[in-house]
Amino acid sequence: MELIQPGIGLGFWMLLSFSLLIFLLAKFAWKPIVKMLKDREDAIDEALNAAEKAREEIKDLHGKNEELLRQAREERDDILMEARKMKDKIIEEATQKASEEGQRMLENAKQSIHFEKMQAITELKNEVASLSTEIAEQILKHELSDKKRSQDIIAEMVDKIKLN
Amino acid sequence: MRKTTYNYRLLFAFILMFSFTSFTVHASEEREKLDAGALMIDHIIDSHDWHIYSIGDKHVSIPLPIIILENGKLSCFMSSKFEHGHATYKGYALPSEGPNKGKIIKVDEEGNKDESAIIYDFSITKNALSIMMTSVLIFFLFYSVAKTYKRNPNKAPKGLQSVIEIAIIFVRDDIAKASIGPKYTKYLPYLLTLFFFIIINNLVGLIPIFPGGANVTGNITVCAVLALFTFFIIIFTGNRNYWQHMFNTPGVPWWLKIPLPLMPIIEILGALTKPFVLMVRLFANITAGHIIGLGFITLILVFGEMSTAAALTISPLSVILYMFIGLLELLVAFLQAYVFTLLTAIFFGMAVEEHHKEVDKQAALIDEN
Repeated sequence: MELIQPGIGLGFWMLLSFSLLIFLLAKFAWKPIVKMLKDREDAIDEALNAAEKAREEIKDLHGKNEELLRQAREERDDILMEARKMKDKIIEEATQKASEEGQRMLENAKQSIHFEKMQAITELKNEVASLSTEIAEQILKHELSDKKRSQDIIAEMVDKIKLN
Repeated sequence: MRKTTYNYRLLFAFILMFSFTSFTVHASEEREKLDAGALMIDHIIDSHDWHIYSIGDKHVSIPLPIIILENGKLSCFMSSKFEHGHATYKGYALPSEGPNKGKIIKVDEEGNKDESAIIYDFSITKNALSIMMTSVLIFFLFYSVAKTYKRNPNKAPKGLQSVIEIAIIFVRDDIAKASIGPKYTKYLPYLLTLFFFIIINNLVGLIPIFPGGANVTGNITVCAVLALFTFFIIIFTGNRNYWQHMFNTPGVPWWLKIPLPLMPIIEILGALTKPFVLMVRLFANITAGHIIGLGFITLILVFGEMSTAAALTISPLSVILYMFIGLLELLVAFLQAYVFTLLTAIFFGMAVEEHHKEVDKQAALIDEN
């Protein structure tokens, strides 16, 4: 049965062809192909990782932006609050200062009025004294000449004083 | 695109080369009775010329080189010198019938076989030529694909490359990596070559006319050489653990090893059976497919012996059945290449498997008992 009888000639050519094929393919085909496939798989992995990383970074950046915005808003609020406080303080201080000044001026005016009044009183007193002395001098003069006349003059003088 | 046409050109170059060689046409004397079995076997065994067609008494075939080694002396000539078994040349004959049918024999002047002569037939037969042609085809196919990879690195595959790549990744990931483990890289070139050699020869074998049609993977010698490659690679790359399992199997009682080395005998038989089964499986699957296909076609001739009308009636059925078997063979072509490569990879995986701790524990337990 030739079907199941191995032949030496065919075996030889098969061995030769197949060995040569393994050698040539391993050197010129499988080595570069397998290497390129590996390289490409690595490159794809790397690209995917890089994309993932970039996505993370963008997410981070977004978060950072939000944080910055939040901080800025807080700072603005702080500044506004402080400004408001300062304004209130300045107004209060100004009001106080103004009222104090007014008080002081009032006080000064009062003192000055008092002083003037005192001066006027003193002057009046001196005037009254001098007038009295004059009156007394006149009276004394009239009394010495006519009794009745003296009395009229006195009365007239007194009236004058009252009118004054 | 340019690359693929290049490969086709190669194929046509072969056809052209043989068109220029003289076709030998021979008229046989008389119409003999149809022997369906012999006809089918003739179509699947190796031969010293490449039969194209026979019309009536005319046989057209491509002559192939005959190389004979006798007593250290080489004789080379074309098979057309034998005139389809009707002539002797340089004292050699190639009978077309009888017990030595299809074999080259040394004959004396009267044409009787010289039994004392020891001759070795290294002829480039139909199968040998087919192997050479497909090997060249395979080489240029993958060489061009490799060049495509080099030309556009890290790019998506294109054309032929994308078809081949699926198969390469399949062999690498699902056969080599899955069966061998991390040490798969050193076996990968062999496994890839094996897979593509078997699959392409299976497919070329399904083409009924030249340059296809040689039953390469359904030839016992070819399958034996493939199996021997696997066997010797296992032998030469098997690690300490593999050999220990062979001669001193851990985890079995001592009386299976001494005084009668039962386990080693079983293990060695197992190691020899593996490549033998590989060989038989591929040979039987491909040959069986071809025989069934041929059977359906031969059916027409068998009916033709009875009457032409019967042959005409049966031929549509034969063609439909042949188409069915053809599709089945297409599936088998892929399947057998896969199975051969997968089993080879599994055997490699067993040869380089590292020590198992569980097995050690079991052995210790058995020793204690």
